[in-house]
Amino acid sequence: MNRETVIEVSGLYKRFGTFTANDNLNFSVYRGEIFGFLGANGAGKTTAMKILCGLSKPSAGKATVAGFDVYRQSEKIKQNIGYMSQRFSLYEDLSIIENIVFYGGIYGLSYREIQIRAKEMLTNLGLWNIRRKVISSLPLGWKQKISFSLAMLHNPSIIFLDEPTGGVDPVTRRQFWEMIYNAAEKGFTVFVTTHYMDEAEYCDRVSIMVDGRIVALDTPKALKQQYSAGSMEEVFLKLARNKELEKEHIL
Amino acid sequence: MNGNFGIEVRGLSKSFGKTKALKNVSLAVEKGSIFGLIGPDGAGKSTLFRILTTLYLPDSGEAFVSGLHCVKNYKEIRKRVGYMPGRFSLYQDLTVEENLSFYASVFKTTVKENYHLIKDIYQQIEPFKNRRAGNLSGGMKQKLALSCALVHKPEVLFLDEPTTGVDAVSRKEFWDMLKELKNSGITILVSTPYMDEAMLCDRTGFIQNGAVLKTGIPESIIDDFQGEMFSVTTSKPQETVKLLSEELGDNTVFRFGSELHIYGNPSMEIFLKAFKESHPGLNLEIQNTRPGIEDCFIQLMNSNNES
Repeated sequence: MNRETVIEVSGLYKRFGTFTANDNLNFSVYRGEIFGFLGANGAGKTTAMKILCGLSKPSAGKATVAGFDVYRQSEKIKQNIGYMSQRFSLYEDLSIIENIVFYGGIYGLSYREIQIRAKEMLTNLGLWNIRRKVISSLPLGWKQKISFSLAMLHNPSIIFLDEPTGGVDPVTRRQFWEMIYNAAEKGFTVFVTTHYMDEAEYCDRVSIMVDGRIVALDTPKALKQQYSAGSMEEVFLKLARNKELEKEHIL
Repeated sequence: MNGNFGIEVRGLSKSFGKTKALKNVSLAVEKGSIFGLIGPDGAGKSTLFRILTTLYLPDSGEAFVSGLHCVKNYKEIRKRVGYMPGRFSLYQDLTVEENLSFYASVFKTTVKENYHLIKDIYQQIEPFKNRRAGNLSGGMKQKLALSCALVHKPEVLFLDEPTTGVDAVSRKEFWDMLKELKNSGITILVSTPYMDEAMLCDRTGFIQNGAVLKTGIPESIIDDFQGEMFSVTTSKPQETVKLLSEELGDNTVFRFGSELHIYGNPSMEIFLKAFKESHPGLNLEIQNTRPGIEDCFIQLMNSNNES
């Protein structure tokens, strides 16, 4: 199968003093893939995400994102990725449309382009008629959908989703995953972290980080077979259990 | 008021301006059991917790904690309950040990006096007793907060989203601890946005827009699922979702990775088999499966929205 690589990481290290937060990471993420990036709190996920988003430089090793080098082309990377986190990236006291204009401007889109994309985006979401509503007045589920669509406004090749579904009801969570599947089908690459182990099952491939290292990477199905587990939660528990205390001792 | 209940709530309502935070909520938690309140952000979970811990007054209705009236006996209740609020409740600048001593002193007791209660949990973080709470990992903070809520030997424990944002390993450990506490006779009301945690409770209830939609034993909530659920595996999930949604409408077909869940009445099976025949390229495998608790809550939400 001819697969285009969107993220390529090899021999990546990140050290803070004597502490190794990322310890020899090696993985690739392909175009149109939903890649689940799992790990316990403190396993090193955020550190790795920051590097991949061009916000932090590795101590050693190689990494390219959307074809750009994390050492030398971090600004290019930022233009070619979208990012959404559970902690909102939307401005609560601006309206929906004002948020879109603001983000479009940051990403360097022309006003005309922003207008076209805003209309398309809000029509798809069914929110065009309420575009002048202030964000703070909207239900959490809508905010999430807007955040996600905004992260794709500038047509990035990769979208990073950092625990995107925290605190929403199950229907909204499923609708959100529908959006993720649709985005992946259109060719967007989705890189997602989550603490919901059922969501790990929805990913095309999943990596599990323990103490700064990637200890497993495969399709959910293959991982369940390999660790003779009935669910991804079992796989995760088998790999990550009891590591937290050890880690505290190192810190 | 029934003496077997650690918590009893009858027709509780509470509004903030025009927002109805709680609408006629009733539930009961047996002594020495775990009740899980499941619901999204903004459903009213924290408002209920604050009324039960005597921090808010209800507009109408009554509530009893440990047999005591939440309004009339508020001072007595405060001595007998432990409360772990959703937002981190610890003093970030105090050390682990200082936080614990502080909470003990507020309740006029000492860590030493009730050490046996918190021993199992506290021992796990004791090696870091001189570290400031602000520098602990998520799982450690959670254990310290639980120790602080337990140090005065409460009869009833209120845990407002203790596991939100916590990884699966720490969540598992946390629930193991809750089971131990329950076995020692403590009544526990815990809220969570994680559906899978509903299965770990003795009884569970789903709350949405201020109303409790249903309460019961998790397994019997699943037994009450209306209609059938089918699991369909396919080599082309996204295409299959689209085709099936066109035929069946929204909120009927849900994708779980390479598997689809479809709700319907028994005749759905006939439809799905015919669909399989007419779409051989999708490689469909159809199975009648038992719904999960999340499927049940989704059904409750949908029927509640319609009515």
